[in-house]
Amino acid sequence: MAKYLVLIYGDEREWAAMSPQEMQKLHEAHRAFAAAAGSARLGGHELAPASIATTLRTDAAGQLTITDGPFLETKEGLGGYYLIEADHLDEVIALASRLYEVSAGHSGVEIRPVGTHE
Amino acid sequence: MTAEVAAAVERAYRHEWARVFAAVARLTRDFDLAEECTQDAYAQALRTWPQSGVPERPGAWLTTSARNRALDVLRHQAVLRRTLPLFVPDGPVAGPEDDLVDDDRLRLVFTCCHPALSRDAQVALTLRLVCGLSTAEVARAFLVQESTMAARITRAKKKIAAARIPYQVPSPDHLAERLGPVLEVVHLIFTTGHIAPVGAFLVRRDLVDSAVGLARMLHLLMPKDAEVGALLALLLLIDARRDARVSDDGRLLLLSEQDRTRWDRRLIGEGIGLLTDALRRRPPTRYAVEAAIAAVHAEAPSWPETDWPEIVGLYDTLLQLWPSPVVELNRAVAVGFRDGPQAGLDALTPLLAEPALATYGYLSAVRADFLRQLRQWTEAAEAYQESLALTDNEVERAFLADRLAEVQLRSGHEYP
Repeated sequence: MAKYLVLIYGDEREWAAMSPQEMQKLHEAHRAFAAAAGSARLGGHELAPASIATTLRTDAAGQLTITDGPFLETKEGLGGYYLIEADHLDEVIALASRLYEVSAGHSGVEIRPVGTHE
Repeated sequence: MTAEVAAAVERAYRHEWARVFAAVARLTRDFDLAEECTQDAYAQALRTWPQSGVPERPGAWLTTSARNRALDVLRHQAVLRRTLPLFVPDGPVAGPEDDLVDDDRLRLVFTCCHPALSRDAQVALTLRLVCGLSTAEVARAFLVQESTMAARITRAKKKIAAARIPYQVPSPDHLAERLGPVLEVVHLIFTTGHIAPVGAFLVRRDLVDSAVGLARMLHLLMPKDAEVGALLALLLLIDARRDARVSDDGRLLLLSEQDRTRWDRRLIGEGIGLLTDALRRRPPTRYAVEAAIAAVHAEAPSWPETDWPEIVGLYDTLLQLWPSPVVELNRAVAVGFRDGPQAGLDALTPLLAEPALATYGYLSAVRADFLRQLRQWTEAAEAYQESLALTDNEVERAFLADRLAEVQLRSGHEYP
């Protein structure tokens, strides 16, 4: 078994402008995802908007800098994630392809195996 | 004796590599180790067959030998440090009734062409692992440095292991969507070999043979799949013309110029049989329609006697299944033959603004040919020059240069 992070990316403004019907479809898809995943879903959340994010870096002088906003300023940002346990990639693809964010034009889902260092 | 054995080993390499490698890979769950053991088995065959004789079933002998070697290594593996995690093994292929034959080669080809790999990686892995081409040969086929190709193959193997792309045939409800990339890879290998983009040879036999071999293998293992049958039909019908495509002095011959007695009638018959079977299944697929076009050419007694209305109709169908500027271009060519060069030129005009065709030398070549037939020598010469500037294959360039010289000569002798 291996762990995968399912990262949901999209345009926050498009998400904010969703109609109630679209919103309902999105939530239904997440419920269907949770039902299909069962105990394979180890965790997952929707994230607060990127504008709420706080980013930490170290400047050239080695001093901690704290800035307002996400690490990468992009139009499409990370909107949510799931942590999934699965035997192989095809299982995760089958699960994640149920998500509404896969079919909406502005958004998509990235699957990343959790690093294993043996 | 030794020459006989060498020939037998080479034959086994060409025909049995995929079977041996795929079986060992399922055991080792590691492509690098499986490659090593498969190579070792062939080396052992070269050493022992001269004494023991060539076994009745070389593939089975090689598989056993490679598996034994793998088991040996696996027994001592505790002391080895692994560089890659193992990939995910799989039980028997869960085929619906008899539509699939349970065979490790299917697992291998679906893994190599998994959509989570880039197209470049799919093609490289398929040629290296399924067809058994060396990394150097694969690099040469795609005009990259051997080190670049080696890195590409290593990266793809790493992704298979780290992302845990399973070594399995997709479940029946995902089979159709997963088969698409497999067939595209086979088709791409064939077309790359059929018209080598650069260099002195118009055809790369090793690639064409690899693609035909892959299509034959897929058809053997998925005998009821219409799209697989149609792709094999297409490749055979095109490959049947191979001896007629290049003249004795190395010049490219157009379909219209080819000596049809040199077409391989056995391949044509086989292709048409496969196509007839594929067309019985609905709906027709992209490859079936392309094969039908090739079949109409194959059955025409001569170029002028080709059934052009049928060809145009088939291109119309193909455009619906597979909308692409290249298909529109081919349709325009057929319209030119059905209704004359002016109609062809008119059908071509909307395509001149198509960005996807902007660097496609064939468009200019077709345009040049219509203009030549219309005796518009100056425009034809310009179009031939444009086409020459966009074509790298030396045999095709020689053809275009001949035509250019011809129209330039005419334009000098005729008044506007």
